[in-house]
Amino acid sequence: MAAYKPVVVQACPKLGEKITQDTLYWRGYKTPVQIKEFGAVNKIDFSPVPPYNYAVTASSRIHIYGRYSQEPIKTFSRFRDAAYCATYRDDGRLLAAGSEDGSICLFDVSGKAPLRQFEGHTKPVHLVGFLSDKYRIFSGGDDYSSKLWDIPSATEMISYSEHTDYVRCGCASKVNADVFITGSYDHTVKVFDARTKSSVMTIEHGHPVESVLLFPSGGLLVSAGGRYVKVWDVLKGGQLLVSLKNHHKTVTCLCLNSSGQRLLSGSLDRHVKIYSTTSYKVVHSFNYATSILSLALSPEDETIVVGMTNGVLNVKHRKPVEKNENSQKKIQPAYRTYVKGRSYMPKQEDFCVSKPVKRVLRKYDKLLRSFQSSKALDAVLEPPIMLHTPEVTVAVMQELHRRGTLRSALAGRDEKQVNLLLTFVARRVIEPRFTSVLVIVADMITDIYQPVVGQSAIVDKQFLKLQQAIGKEIDYQEELLEVLGMMDTLFATFTKKRDTCLEENKSNGVTEIIETNRNY
Amino acid sequence: MVSPGPLRVVRCGGGGQRGARAVYLLYASGDFVKVHSVNTEETLLLLCGHADLVTGIQLNPHNHMQLYSSSLDGTLKLWDFMDGIPIKTFTVGPKLLALYVLASAEDSVFVVVPKKGEQDTFQLVSVKLTKGAGQDLEGKELSVVLDGVGASPKQIAFGREDSYVVSVKDVNLQVYFFKLKLLNRFSLSTAKTKGGDNSFSCVVCHPTEDCIATGHADGKIRLWRNFHHKKAYTYSALHWHHDTVMDLAYSLEGTRLLSGGVESVLVQWHNESSCQKDFLPRLGSPIECISMSSDGVLCCTLHTDNRISIINSNLRFSRSIQGLIKSRDVKTGLVVDPRTKALVLNGEPGHLQFYSLQSDQQLFSLDIVQRQYIHQAGLKQSELVKVAFSAQGTWLATVEESEEVADPELQLKLWFYSEETQSFALSTRINTPHDNHITDMCFRDMAELGDDSLILVTTGRDCVFKVWVMVEDSDPEAHQSVSWSCDFVGGYHNYQATNCCFSEDGSLLAVSFEETVTVWDSLTWELKCTFCHPPGNIRNICFGRLTCSKYLIGATDYGFLCCWNLLTCALEWSAHLNVVVLQPDPLSEHIAAVSWLSKESSLFVFKPSEPWPIYIQRNLCKEKILLAAFVPRDEPEMISSEKYCWLRKSQLFFLTDTQELMTLSTKSLEERLTPSSKQLAVEESLPMTPFSVLLGKHRRQQAQEDTDLGKPVVHNKQEQASPAVKELLHTPAHVLPSASFLCTIFINSLLISKENKSAEEVADEVEMESEKAEDDSDEEDVTAMEQEDASHMELLGEMTCKLSKSQEKELRKIRKMDYSWISAF
Repeated sequence: MAAYKPVVVQACPKLGEKITQDTLYWRGYKTPVQIKEFGAVNKIDFSPVPPYNYAVTASSRIHIYGRYSQEPIKTFSRFRDAAYCATYRDDGRLLAAGSEDGSICLFDVSGKAPLRQFEGHTKPVHLVGFLSDKYRIFSGGDDYSSKLWDIPSATEMISYSEHTDYVRCGCASKVNADVFITGSYDHTVKVFDARTKSSVMTIEHGHPVESVLLFPSGGLLVSAGGRYVKVWDVLKGGQLLVSLKNHHKTVTCLCLNSSGQRLLSGSLDRHVKIYSTTSYKVVHSFNYATSILSLALSPEDETIVVGMTNGVLNVKHRKPVEKNENSQKKIQPAYRTYVKGRSYMPKQEDFCVSKPVKRVLRKYDKLLRSFQSSKALDAVLEPPIMLHTPEVTVAVMQELHRRGTLRSALAGRDEKQVNLLLTFVARRVIEPRFTSVLVIVADMITDIYQPVVGQSAIVDKQFLKLQQAIGKEIDYQEELLEVLGMMDTLFATFTKKRDTCLEENKSNGVTEIIETNRNY
Repeated sequence: MVSPGPLRVVRCGGGGQRGARAVYLLYASGDFVKVHSVNTEETLLLLCGHADLVTGIQLNPHNHMQLYSSSLDGTLKLWDFMDGIPIKTFTVGPKLLALYVLASAEDSVFVVVPKKGEQDTFQLVSVKLTKGAGQDLEGKELSVVLDGVGASPKQIAFGREDSYVVSVKDVNLQVYFFKLKLLNRFSLSTAKTKGGDNSFSCVVCHPTEDCIATGHADGKIRLWRNFHHKKAYTYSALHWHHDTVMDLAYSLEGTRLLSGGVESVLVQWHNESSCQKDFLPRLGSPIECISMSSDGVLCCTLHTDNRISIINSNLRFSRSIQGLIKSRDVKTGLVVDPRTKALVLNGEPGHLQFYSLQSDQQLFSLDIVQRQYIHQAGLKQSELVKVAFSAQGTWLATVEESEEVADPELQLKLWFYSEETQSFALSTRINTPHDNHITDMCFRDMAELGDDSLILVTTGRDCVFKVWVMVEDSDPEAHQSVSWSCDFVGGYHNYQATNCCFSEDGSLLAVSFEETVTVWDSLTWELKCTFCHPPGNIRNICFGRLTCSKYLIGATDYGFLCCWNLLTCALEWSAHLNVVVLQPDPLSEHIAAVSWLSKESSLFVFKPSEPWPIYIQRNLCKEKILLAAFVPRDEPEMISSEKYCWLRKSQLFFLTDTQELMTLSTKSLEERLTPSSKQLAVEESLPMTPFSVLLGKHRRQQAQEDTDLGKPVVHNKQEQASPAVKELLHTPAHVLPSASFLCTIFINSLLISKENKSAEEVADEVEMESEKAEDDSDEEDVTAMEQEDASHMELLGEMTCKLSKSQEKELRKIRKMDYSWISAF
């Protein structure tokens, strides 16, 4: 004898991305705050010390924003032309920036006027950075050269001119105070050691390099250029580890999260992709309104700041972790009841008799088990079920139809209930997974309530709504079919070659027939 | 050669009685009566002897160890069902349709026979059982009791103290009082008002009161009283069933009435009031018969799907006895589970049954549809239509569809066999895999490449075939899971795809599209070549195996069997044969084709490389064979005959349209039955413990020795001794009886007697002989007979020798006696 089998609710997998730990993590941000800057945002840099202010370089200004401020808490606007690449020093007290006129300015975060100004580049400087010993600055400019400056004396220490195109990006090693890396539009990434006169390593990226990044360990180098993000093993002499091609436009910026487990890349295709650094697979991606130029992540992943080409700064803050310990405590039974009987460990010779698990049936299942069709339908037409889990409602309707009692369950309802039913049907009938069932339901409702049409304004309105929804869907389907037809003709032109092959086979078949005839 | 499988249960009788509890369940199954143990669900005995369907069985009211049975072959038999021996056979003549035995009438039984000269009219007659010495007796003394009765045994019932008999037919009820010789007729109105149908379906009488309960086609139960009077009779109605009441039964005291019907719910009515009733719902399938055991403790229900449920008196389901579950329509075909070698086919609605052929038992039933089945006519329920196993049996694909023709609700489900739970678990469910009915499905069988190469192909009436592959969600941080998704959709000129088949190495896929067979490369999914043999659509296709793997066999509607060579892409040979079933043997290159021509099925077995069959069995059976399957044998059978060598590695099973399972066997019926009858154990109400086995064995031996007085025991005692000693030693000391009691048994078991040796040798010789005989001829019947004869002869020889010795002794005694007496004189 079998037990009652509950109604199978078709769980439809959510289309699109799957819910993983990553999606949950990266979705845990509030709705973004949009801040309008004066021009394209070319660099965002977080201060490495609390309260984690960040410097935004856009047009001829550098704005410094606080964590939750929407207005800049400080502005450096002493640039004659565009400023580039405002970068914090490791202690968060100094800020260096390049500019369109080739000079590099060094600011005190608390001050206004530049502390030092380094002149030497003849063309705009797009890259400025501090070496990890804090006393030297490296820079790269559109004059193809990269230079090393001494901060106290404001003098140029070394100049390398090995690149053959603009130097646009770079970073310093955190492990070695003498090593820094530059990437250039000549498709190469070069590793320089301040102690030598020339570069120590050259890596061929294959596309103009837009951004480079060193892992905290200093062993792995990430370069972005063209549509590619490439990961190189520096310790193996610049061997290519992975080449990622997940964007369909140029990748402009790279960033690591605070744990170093995830790599973020922003691109002109308006997407930020997040990669796992173990598998180098995309685990999540963000969509933005316009092309992305710069990207930064605050320590502890508290804030994601993205700068775009149209000068909009997009700031997302992480939602605070909800802790409702109070409510949880109420649900949990007392420790004594919980432990009761569980502390006994069965001995080897004991017979364990397992208690049959009591199955809890949903209300509609209980009603269906006792063949109360109308009441079962009532149970699933309650607003919480109808709104949040329409698949349950539809599954019960389908079950009733299977039992042949749907018509009697739908009949004999008052104005309010019919209204409720029609609202549901009109809203859900266009969903493909429900269409087949709800079309039957709609058919039956119109059949049953045809004689009373015109007696209630509310019901009539719902009928009209249903008609509209179905009409719209039909138009839409027609359009889709048209598109399909167009595509078919396109594909038909491609498969011409195959058809001839089929023709040959057909003739083969004919010859066989002749042979079989001969066989008799 | 052809033996029908035990598929149809006709009528089940009550439990035999032993002590205070019902121990045996007897029921008629086809031409046999089966004796089941209620406790263990095992078949204990098979009473065979009737030549046609057994229609009724009744316990002898004067001897509870005896059983009457009636059959369509016109004979009544009296059996001793404890030993399985027919005691008497009464030849009556006409077909016997039902049997009733009364306690009051000692020398006569009542049977239903067709009226002479008239069709479809039956009469209840009493047969006088003549007392005679022989086994075969005549029972020709018939006297008509009632005329115009129904043919079903459920339509006649005998009342309290056998004082009257009730018969129902259509809307008429007849009561005949034996003592008064009075016949009362009552009839209900024939008008069918509000869907009501007054015609009777069954009748039963109250065991202690004058009350008749009748079941009706519209689900009503009527209780008739006061029917001694023609006018003043009364009846009351109980109504719960929504469809025909199939059977009724009163409890022993008559306080409870049980009823069952199509709803597959057993209803228990208390005190004949409609307000008090209990239900036992969801018994699986419609109830056909209800039977109470003679002590009233148990009741059993017989279901339409060839199953018996045993139910406690407090309406708790106890256990069920089931063989091959009969389903309305075997749509899945006969599939062999590679893991258990069980036959897999439709079972209960929405279930897949795994049926073990060796033990004639259902191994388990897998719920595929997972929906509540509503037993009601006219509903469109989801049904299981296709099943396929992967080569290792790790994956199972099933297709279910609703019965709607226009817009079927299709589901393709893929099940994975999990080693931990030892059962199949659902892995992937695909809704509407095709837009129309799925016609065929097969896995790519590549055992050597493992699961990664697993491919499933489905063909549909929506003119495409689809290729499904396994996709692994390889997220290193999430747990790995496998799902199936569509990889390729292929079609051919918008023809409906009807069949698909992979070649043995998995490199080629053949898909038939109406008249054409297309062959595809399974790596690139390119169309390689096409074959056709117009006119007529392709009905079946299969690839040759092993040495014949270059051939593709196809059967068409127009009655042609074609063999194409894949290397030359040409027709090798063709034959005119209306092939219904085409089944390749997975272990050899043989292919079995079953044809259907002018009301008989014939079997042809051939190799694709040769156009002439190696084996032909014409007139296999009268029914149309719908399905066939080769089941691999556990160990290859030694078959010397050239003709049957194709049966060496696997056995062929057929399913006919009347749902009988048949097989081809080179052995005779007796030989196949021996293993089951060997298992006959002594039925004790005591639980079986090693000690009881030991004691039982010795008691039996002692008893034998007592009764047979020195008749040689054929068992070898020495062989028995060692397990006996073992059991003695392994039984815990606290359950053993005193040592003094065990001592004699123990020593006895160690003794070696001279007589036994000779007996053993004799037995050996007989075995040798029989082996030789088997080698020589095909007809094992004769050899078996010979074997038995020989053993009897030998035994007789021993006996005579023994007897002469004892006679000598007696003679000597007599001599002595005589001598002393003479001297005294």
